[in-house]
Amino acid sequence: MKIIVLMKQVANKDAILRINKSETWIEEGDLSHEVNESDGYALEEALRLKEKHGGGEVVVCSLGPQRVKSVIKDALARGADRAIHVVSDDTAQLGPYAAAKVLSEAIKDEQADLVLTGLQSDDNGYAQTGVILAELLGLPHATIVIEVDASGEGLRVKRELESGWYQWYAMTRPALLTIQSGISQIRYATLKGIMAAKKKEIKEVAPNAEALSAAAHQRITKVYFPQKTKQTQFLGDGDAKAGAAQLAEKLRTEARIF
Amino acid sequence: MPNGILVFAEHRGGAFNKTSFEAVAAAQQLGASLGQPVSAVVLGTDAALASQVAAYKLDKVVSVEHPKLADYTPDGYADAMERAVRALDPQFVIMPHTYLVRDYAPKLAARFGKDLISDCVRASVSDGAVTFSRRIFQGKIDADVVANGEPPVFATFQSGAYRADQAERGGEAAAVESLPVEVGEVRMQPEEPFQEVKQAVDLTKADTIIAIGRGIKGQEHIALAQQLADLLGGEIAASRPICDAGWLPIDRQIGSSGQTVTPKLYIALGISGAIQHLVGMKNASTIVAVNKDPEAPIFDIADYGIVGDLFEVIPVLTEEIKKLKG
Repeated sequence: MKIIVLMKQVANKDAILRINKSETWIEEGDLSHEVNESDGYALEEALRLKEKHGGGEVVVCSLGPQRVKSVIKDALARGADRAIHVVSDDTAQLGPYAAAKVLSEAIKDEQADLVLTGLQSDDNGYAQTGVILAELLGLPHATIVIEVDASGEGLRVKRELESGWYQWYAMTRPALLTIQSGISQIRYATLKGIMAAKKKEIKEVAPNAEALSAAAHQRITKVYFPQKTKQTQFLGDGDAKAGAAQLAEKLRTEARIF
Repeated sequence: MPNGILVFAEHRGGAFNKTSFEAVAAAQQLGASLGQPVSAVVLGTDAALASQVAAYKLDKVVSVEHPKLADYTPDGYADAMERAVRALDPQFVIMPHTYLVRDYAPKLAARFGKDLISDCVRASVSDGAVTFSRRIFQGKIDADVVANGEPPVFATFQSGAYRADQAERGGEAAAVESLPVEVGEVRMQPEEPFQEVKQAVDLTKADTIIAIGRGIKGQEHIALAQQLADLLGGEIAASRPICDAGWLPIDRQIGSSGQTVTPKLYIALGISGAIQHLVGMKNASTIVAVNKDPEAPIFDIADYGIVGDLFEVIPVLTEEIKKLKG
């Protein structure tokens, strides 16, 4: 089974974000990055499927500037077999249709049995690239998948619905699945894995120029910190212990909790 | 020439989702600002369901019908909606940002060579132009977005962005129009939806909830929060990453994929406040947030906030409450 895993590099979850001067995006300069959380689970699922079904190949594909190499190298160290890096410096404002188009051009000749990716990115949060990519590749898809059974000819996937409900879907293969975070424990890269990764192929490809330059269907005109919907009383003024003491008092006198 | 606003009303097995009527409210407000008629579209096998939506103040309700639409599938819904949108030629297609819409609507938009303006929290109209606002970076930042190119514009609205009870009802029922459509090959077969286990804990009945997030750092620290919960007679709960890690069972998860709660007191410890968490707890009467990051979105909805280390806050808070309780 050949599985392609699409992985995105995003701003670190704990990064303090600042808005750029033109108020059109965040200040990227001093930002630290990490792999998009659900994409990490997509990779883990691909590795497990390969192990379970006796081999095949796991190919990682990532779109972005040279810094995304760290995501790719980490994926190779965890056990992916090779990688495709679609090199593009300016992808922050790329809409999901354009991103899917670029990715589809990069992977269509691979003829994968499965394409996996995370259910949404932690930066733009469109939650669309995977589904649009499935449409462009002519593949059936399922989103928010938390279990994959590939033992038969087709696929059975368990999808998360809202409010604690679930549903199994039987579907044909090849297919594209978007994976929910937390469906398994992600393995660590071993020293052996890290050494082995150095010999693995990372193919650099240029993004399809037409797909990249097509007019965006949506354009960000301004970014800003959300307006507060509540007047928050901040307690302690930086002193956490003082804040805690004040809070206990407020909970008794104002909120009347006890 | 494209005209009007088409709103997608979602149902599962005939039960309409509340967010569908929130989308109706969003579409009506947009329609009023733009001076454009609003129609609803319902997918199914016959027109019986459409009449449930016809009570709202709408130009008409279009019942898009095919036997393959009895159960939801992304292939079936994308095919049917593509034909409905082409036939009705609207300027805007408005949908609730539910798991079902997330599953098929990007495919629908792709048939028109575009993407969705997804998960919007607001829309405003100025000089006839619409600006959509959406949350990015897990709720930390808002982005104003405008649509480019030819209509239709596809937009989805976050649960709770508009209120279902603000959806205006009409004097008389809106006309229901049947639109039989062709549906091509459906490559997936759904089985019956189910609930994993009977929820052992019903957090919806708790008056006080102490919720922990990534900031708790390790399973061994949960006892600290548990002490506080015991002292206040409350329940312990968590954001998704904590349950994903197996530190607390999934029936203690708050948010879109877990439980939705409205306790008198909700204390969020080390929870940044991603949208998926906020939808599950934002209607609590009193919300307390403790987080190291002063920009954490949880503070946007908190009544009381402490910017600091929860490991300093919890012991002092527990002691002080003990003292005050006497």
